[in-house]
Amino acid sequence: MLGRKIARHSVAILVTALLGGLLSATMVRLAPGFDTDEEQIDSHLNSESLRALHRARSQQRNILVFYLQSLKRASQGDLGSSLTFHQPVNKLLRERLPLTLRLIGVALLVSWAAAMTLALSAAALRLNSYDGLATVMTGILLCLPAAVLGLLSVLWNTPAALAVAAIVFPRDFRYARNLLGRAYSLPHITAARAKGLHELRILFWHVIPVAGPQLLALAGVSVSLAIGAAIPIEALCGLPGVGQLAWQAALARDLPLLVNITVLVTLVTLLANTAADLIGSMGRSEPA
Amino acid sequence: MKIWRRVACAVLLLVLGVSLCAELVAPAGYARQYRETADAPPSRQHWLGTDDIGRDRFARVLYGTRLSLLLAPAAALLSTLMAAVIGGLAGYLGGMFERVAKTVTDLFLSLPWLFLLITVRALLPLNASPLVSVLATFLILGMLGWTSASRVLCASAASLRDSDFLRQARASGIPAVRLFWIHVLPNLKPVLVAQFWISIPVFILSEANLGILGLGVAEPMPSWGSLLKELEGLVSIGEEPWKFVPLILLVAVVTSFQLIFAKQEEFAI
Repeated sequence: MLGRKIARHSVAILVTALLGGLLSATMVRLAPGFDTDEEQIDSHLNSESLRALHRARSQQRNILVFYLQSLKRASQGDLGSSLTFHQPVNKLLRERLPLTLRLIGVALLVSWAAAMTLALSAAALRLNSYDGLATVMTGILLCLPAAVLGLLSVLWNTPAALAVAAIVFPRDFRYARNLLGRAYSLPHITAARAKGLHELRILFWHVIPVAGPQLLALAGVSVSLAIGAAIPIEALCGLPGVGQLAWQAALARDLPLLVNITVLVTLVTLLANTAADLIGSMGRSEPA
Repeated sequence: MKIWRRVACAVLLLVLGVSLCAELVAPAGYARQYRETADAPPSRQHWLGTDDIGRDRFARVLYGTRLSLLLAPAAALLSTLMAAVIGGLAGYLGGMFERVAKTVTDLFLSLPWLFLLITVRALLPLNASPLVSVLATFLILGMLGWTSASRVLCASAASLRDSDFLRQARASGIPAVRLFWIHVLPNLKPVLVAQFWISIPVFILSEANLGILGLGVAEPMPSWGSLLKELEGLVSIGEEPWKFVPLILLVAVVTSFQLIFAKQEEFAI
């Protein structure tokens, strides 16, 4: 049963990621100025070089042919070459991925630790003033654009991961607090409290099993949020990660690079969501 | 909570009112350059000082606020209409149309919002005229922001599909278009209204993000995004605190929207 579910999800992920790549390729192809670049006005190039440049570009004109050829090459491990950086996309991604993964990983750890600590204490204490303070604090963070948090991170010289965490944290906190609040108000928790059960036992035996699957789903969404936030933060903080690369690729209409980054981002987002979904459903199917 | 909602309403009305009277409050306009007082601190003549090419910052804040407060709702309206047509029709018709619509929605939702937005905006010309850039920025917001709303509307319309009143209307021979327009859409109204109000602060923040990255409204037209871009060159907060006024205004407006329409979130995603 689980195997079939995993297989179904894997096919869906693959199809969506491939469609994502095609979507991005189509967008770049239809973008104004796709066919032109600075090299075409370079006075050092003779007519033969210009013709070669034109030929290279014309291979990308039929987007379906270009995409199918790219997929064929990708299946052999060749992701093509970047038009802006004049380097293999493989190499660029390999160089920049660790930084982005570290940034997102640290940000998710910090935001989840802060969100869960605040949400658990708010749900367990049930103090209006505490809850109000936490709501105001997260409300202010929710009203700040991601790019402003990036600028403030540069201004205060704080780690960029903190800026990404500040974007993910308020959303995580609000959702987790509502989930835990609902779980804590269930009748069997009140009964457990009346019987004098220890708070930690109530939390791990009765609250987490109820709210767990949805919290896992939230974890999946957090990954998507963190990836989105990483682009402006990396671009503004001057961090050479995949987020900055995506920004540069979009600005330069670098088709091979942008298509590969889109497929990568789609894959990571879908994998995170699916993993959270599968683990959550496994938890639900376990006998009580 | 009721008091806070009233305060938020007052703040929003005040900001909107003053920004609509920008021509009266700041008659010099947002583009006039006072070359002799470039990068000046606040004074009696320029309440928030001037920017690096001598434009009155107060006037730019007013005109930028007006732009965001008028065009974000327009983008929200566009995205809500698209969600109603795509999601509502998909849920109402079901079958192949629903599957295709869901696949497209899932595809858009699998891409992080900021990634999609930045990529699409960056692909459009950045050296366009101010008016074209304003339209491009807010059209993109409207045309990409429909997906999550569409999913909710699809589910709501699907739940209506086999309801008794629709079966009866179908049996009475009412044409499908009229059925959708007169009987299905009014039942989706609470979700549509909620999606509309929730989208406004999201679009305001998104425009600000694009503006800071240099992908928003083109110069000399001001927007909150381009005004916030000024924070890029700051060395410390205490250095020129008046440059934070657009940020404070943005936070106040977005907070007001969130306070006023907090209840609408129950109907939305």
